[in-house]
Amino acid sequence: MRYAMAIDTRRCVGCSDCVVACQTENDVPVGYCRDWIVESMSGTYPELQLEIRSERCNHCSDAPCVRACPTQASHVGKGGIVLVEESECIGCKACIASCPYDARYVHPEGYVDKCTFCIHRVEKGQNPACVDVCPTHAMIFGDMDDLNSDIAKLVARRKWKTLIPEAGTKPNIYYLL
Amino acid sequence: MSKHVNRREFIRLAGLGAAGLTVANPILDWAKGEILTRDTLPGMYSKRTPTYCEVCFWKCAGWVHHNEKGEIWKITGNAEDPHCNGRFCPRGTGGVGMYYDEDRLKTPLIRTEERGKQVFREASWDEAFTYIAEKMEMIKEKWGPECMALFTHGSGGHYLGHMLQAYGSNNVAAPSYAQCRGPREVGFIGTFGEGVGSPERTDIRDSRCLVLIGSHIGENMHNGQVQEFSELVDKGGTVITVDPRFSTAASKSKYWLPIKPATDMALLLSWIHVLIYDELYDKKYVEKYAYGFDELKAHVKNFTPEWAYGITTIKPHVIRETAREMANASPAVIIHPGRHVTWYGDDTQRLRAVAILNALLGSWGRRGGFYNPVKPTVPKVKHPPYPKPKRDWREAFPDKYKLAGLALASGLCDATVPNVERDCAIKGWIVNGTNLIHTLPNQKNTLEAIQALELLVVIDTMPMEITGYADVILPECTYLERYDDLRVSAHREGSIALRVPAAEKKYNTRSAWEMARGLGIKLGLKDYFPFKTQAEELDWQLEQMGSSLAEMEKIGVKKFARPYDDLYPLEGLPDYEFWTNTGKIELYATQFAMEGYAPLPGYKAHEEPPYGFYRLIYGRAPMHTFSRTTNNPNLHDLMDENTVWVNPKVAKEWGLKNGQAIWLENQDGVISSSSIKVRVTERIRFDSVYMVHGFGHTNKKLTRSAGRGASDAELITRVHVDPEMGGTGMRGNFVTFRFEPAEEVIA
Amino acid sequence: MVEEIITSGRMTPEVDPILHIWGWEIPLYLFLGGFAAGILFFSALFTLQNKENRYSMAVKALPLAVPVLLAIGLGALFLDLSHKLYFWQLYTNIRWESPMSWGAWTLMLVTPLSILWAASWIEDLFPNLDLRYDWLKEAIRTIRQYQKPMAWALIVLAVILGMYTGILLSAFNARPFWNSAIMGPLFLTSGLSAAAAAITLLTKEHAERSLFTKIDLILIAVELFFIIHLFMGFLASTQVHIQAAEMFLGGEFTVPFWVWVVGIGLAIPALLEILELRKRFVPTYVPALMVIAGSLMLRFIVVEAGQASRWLY
Ligand SMILES: Nc1nc2c(c(=O)[nH]1)N[C@H]1C(S)=C(S)[C@@H](COP(=O)(O)OP(=O)(O)OC[C@H]3O[C@@H](n4cnc5c(=O)[nH]c(N)nc54)[C@H](O)[C@@H]3O)O[C@H]1N2
Ligand SMILES: Nc1nc2c(c(=O)[nH]1)N[C@H]1C(S)=C(S)[C@@H](COP(=O)(O)OP(=O)(O)OC[C@H]3O[C@@H](n4cnc5c(=O)[nH]c(N)nc54)[C@H](O)[C@@H]3O)O[C@H]1N2
Ligand code: SF4
Ligand code: SF4
Ligand code: SF4
Ligand code: SF4
Ligand code: SF4
Ligand SMILES: [Mo]
Repeated sequence: MRYAMAIDTRRCVGCSDCVVACQTENDVPVGYCRDWIVESMSGTYPELQLEIRSERCNHCSDAPCVRACPTQASHVGKGGIVLVEESECIGCKACIASCPYDARYVHPEGYVDKCTFCIHRVEKGQNPACVDVCPTHAMIFGDMDDLNSDIAKLVARRKWKTLIPEAGTKPNIYYLL
Repeated sequence: MSKHVNRREFIRLAGLGAAGLTVANPILDWAKGEILTRDTLPGMYSKRTPTYCEVCFWKCAGWVHHNEKGEIWKITGNAEDPHCNGRFCPRGTGGVGMYYDEDRLKTPLIRTEERGKQVFREASWDEAFTYIAEKMEMIKEKWGPECMALFTHGSGGHYLGHMLQAYGSNNVAAPSYAQCRGPREVGFIGTFGEGVGSPERTDIRDSRCLVLIGSHIGENMHNGQVQEFSELVDKGGTVITVDPRFSTAASKSKYWLPIKPATDMALLLSWIHVLIYDELYDKKYVEKYAYGFDELKAHVKNFTPEWAYGITTIKPHVIRETAREMANASPAVIIHPGRHVTWYGDDTQRLRAVAILNALLGSWGRRGGFYNPVKPTVPKVKHPPYPKPKRDWREAFPDKYKLAGLALASGLCDATVPNVERDCAIKGWIVNGTNLIHTLPNQKNTLEAIQALELLVVIDTMPMEITGYADVILPECTYLERYDDLRVSAHREGSIALRVPAAEKKYNTRSAWEMARGLGIKLGLKDYFPFKTQAEELDWQLEQMGSSLAEMEKIGVKKFARPYDDLYPLEGLPDYEFWTNTGKIELYATQFAMEGYAPLPGYKAHEEPPYGFYRLIYGRAPMHTFSRTTNNPNLHDLMDENTVWVNPKVAKEWGLKNGQAIWLENQDGVISSSSIKVRVTERIRFDSVYMVHGFGHTNKKLTRSAGRGASDAELITRVHVDPEMGGTGMRGNFVTFRFEPAEEVIA
Repeated sequence: MVEEIITSGRMTPEVDPILHIWGWEIPLYLFLGGFAAGILFFSALFTLQNKENRYSMAVKALPLAVPVLLAIGLGALFLDLSHKLYFWQLYTNIRWESPMSWGAWTLMLVTPLSILWAASWIEDLFPNLDLRYDWLKEAIRTIRQYQKPMAWALIVLAVILGMYTGILLSAFNARPFWNSAIMGPLFLTSGLSAAAAAITLLTKEHAERSLFTKIDLILIAVELFFIIHLFMGFLASTQVHIQAAEMFLGGEFTVPFWVWVVGIGLAIPALLEILELRKRFVPTYVPALMVIAGSLMLRFIVVEAGQASRWLY
């Protein structure tokens, strides 16, 4: 099983609802967040292109953050979800330094926090909060190893990219183009 | 912020559940005596309560979820609701912040010093009501009840309007008419005999071509509409966006027409020209339903794409190509009427042109065009008849705005400013849920009106600019703490939605229903308020509709099947009578002609920015609603100030750097009271600057948002009033850059 | 024009737009670790060469400072931890892939060993010292018997520790500026150089001073070589590495790096040391302090710059 997310840059309007929903669902303190929106524009008026992406931890299959962690706080959980165990984290921030996506932050309580793919919901068979809230249905979550899952089918059908593949992290978030 | 069950703890609990340890937890708590001290609302553990959202006026229905302490945790959409389809927008999701904002109004306040200064004393509700009732009685005696006015925006307005009408005044206005969609309704009623309504009856879901003229869907987060828009984009439908700014919608469009602002009318007329003269229009549809085609054809003869090019800067071949795209998709094509359409003062006529285009493409009443909404009827509470007012706001404007279908907020304001020609200047205002200082253009005029008042009551949840001028501030509880009027929805399917309190009132606040009743009783109008509690009233109403409060508390939304299969009544071109004078779609508007207005839209050039000035245009950011959310702790962070978008060429000319704080000065010498940071971006034309509306709060009690960003409203001093219906065109203002603030005015 | 706008509560200076997680604590920790490693290295090396009496500052005296330096370093590391109460988790796990982990373990081995090492020289240094307790005397005598094997162990551990201070950074693929194999050798050399400088600073023996001045000169040369290679490596690599290098070649770190680290920390002291060896009068403490300061600055600047360098996407 390999949990993954596909985010459709064509559908996403950059509303940041996914950010707010994550914040309320997971009690992310105000001023911090586990996901964020990148609006990347290029060109000269009026020949312009805009790509909008909702970003979060890529739950990398080859996760440098897990390797960098001196305790076992950062670990790979069920379905490849990369998690941080608060009670094992010493707050050395090596994992933050090792993540090319800047997906982690130091929680005000001291431990390092990041997107969990909403494992508490996934375990109950629900979608992550951000996926379920997205007004444009830009996000799909599921098991990439299951070839019949919506996500596997979508990724097979559409053109996609992952972020900084050259960093060698094997990200599990697919941006549909 | 509240804590809901900590994630890790939750996982642990879930994991241990099988071992029966979860059950042991409360027992342990009980053993420690903790269960008694918890501030738990009885029976609220892991419950959800229905609501509909009050963060904007799309009114999505949803659920409020509670944490294990019974506190409000999160809000999600109701899957049955056609407005949101189970998904809230960021503002709705962040609605919890409205409840948790510590800056809220917490108790009634009565002014102790002159208006504008924030000097108030705390008062009891009874004291506040007595104070207001005495003033209202005085106004009634001296000038007549018609000299009271209500400005309202939001769900409580219904009850306060009822109270005011019982008192004897009809002067009830919302800024969503003359400052927002009024011209659109008038333009469409003049053409099709029916308005567009809210939610818009646009069938984007099934459309193949969507034309957005300024509507910035995606930034304008009206939920259902955004959902359908994205679906259309995904399905490969054609989007044509006309906007001087590279909006989010423009970035998803097949065609972006970066029009010179204020020239849309020329583009619309040339599209009409192409459709007619290239014979691209829906001939059968027009023949069957339209009135005045020949007049229209003659009228647009000279409005060629070449002519429009010189005005709009849109190339003729692009105009032709896009017209053809529309025709190809016809009738599944929508020339979107927009919503905030009060731009340049000829807005009713511009929206007439939009309506005509839709008529020519045969999209009205057809799949993928404009559907026919249904709306359930909710029984009205029985009460004695309202006294008949002797006058209303219209008398202040003889021979003006004859097509206005609703009261004008700006009109009420103008009618308050002392004027020798108007015998009944309005003397008292109740302002509910609208921050008039930010909402009405020409602040000086608004303040003049306010200074002339005998009574200003402001009902709000937050200390806003308008509350600073109030004589009495009545704090309303947030929508998460109250029952409210049923949301009655006009949609593909009719539905109603219920709002119940999700939490006990946090402060000494009341709902609009409670205020209307409390004040009504003080005014001796008890008979108009037959129910003692709002729950009783709602229960009665719902019972008349075959439901009940208990049922609605469980389902939140109730749908009503369409009585007839007439979602697309003009599909297959049946006989049909429109609600117009001719019973037809009036390309030539007879109603307009009769009232002395142009029956066919014409082109009028608008003033251009003087040298060194740029047109001030504004819009929405997806995570904010006007001025009401900028202080919301959950949303503030996502955009804590607005920026002024400046084209790199302009920035270079002025030596402006990205992120540099500057002040804006308009053509009348008004300087923004706070600074605003420059965003140098290719996404805006060189003749305009853009900013998001709702920032630049001056009320210091807004601890997060005061002084952050600048207010567009402040700079809109010139208003181009729509002659047909009194809409306040706000985009005819020009600004230049200043590197230092205005000098302090020594009072 | 390219415009990238990030919308989120992430816009805290802590994380974005540049990652800024490590302040003064980590560079100080890295410096002290490298410095201590350098001292232990020379001490052990000359012990094995039986030159403990000839170079007594290097072999016997300076190692007394090592436990203190390491303690301060570990203290800085501890201060930097944001979840301090869970510090012990470092020592309930061995994670070979995590430089942080094996750094912690190396220190766990080096620190007690360095205490024993220092203790083993205590009688040489203070012949008149009365140790009072017999068991203590006995213990020190036992330790002394193992001086040679300890020296072997220390030489290995010192190299590991010195390298580690660089490898901790270079293991972070995510930060292009750190991501160079040269970081380890560079930091090791810099630590050795700082130690050599400290010896020249403190010793009263002419022979010792002149030997370590020569050693330091060689180390400085090696360090300069590494630095040149570091930048050549970056410039020959991917766009992100080129960008990382550009922070030092015209970018915001140009002046601090080339003036402080290369100028004041390497080139100028090297010249002064050459003059000194040619018997021109140069107060020894000037180049020595410059080298130590430069070595400290190197850590600060590299740690800071690495955090400012990022992948583009
Ligand atoms: N997130 C969010 N969504 C909202 C609201 C909110 O407060 N926040 N408010 C809601 C309400 S009440 C309303 S009325 C709607 C308003 O939403 P819309 O009806 O979509 O808004 P407009 O103000 O008409 O359009 C703003 C756009 O018009 C462009 N524009 C400016 N001048 C011109 C011009 O001369 N010609 C053309 N073609 N375009 C121009 C601007 O660049 C901007 O992109 O939004 C609704 N949705
Ligand atoms: N300059 C400029 N002016 C504009 C616009 C613009 O874009 N630019 N847009 C125009 C448009 S389209 C519209 S629709 C109007 C909107 O104008 P308004 O509806 O006036 O918009 P807001 O600024 O959000 O003010 C709403 C007020 O309601 C309060 N409020 C929020 N919730 C509650 C509640 O539950 N109860 C009560 N009693 N009060 C509550 C808020 O605190 C706030 O003070 O503005 C118009 N005016
Ligand atoms: S909620 Fe959906 S549309 Fe909005 S920013 Fe997130 S992914 Fe994009
Ligand atoms: S995105 Fe960053 S935090 Fe997430 S798994 Fe990959 S490296 Fe680790
Ligand atoms: S901060 Fe915590 S999770 Fe991150 S590497 Fe250190 S111990 Fe592991
Ligand atoms: S999956 Fe869950 S934790 Fe991750 S960003 Fe989405 S809502 Fe947040
Ligand atoms: S569109 Fe958003 S803010 Fe408006 S009612 Fe719906 S959820 Fe609330
Ligand atoms: Mo509006």
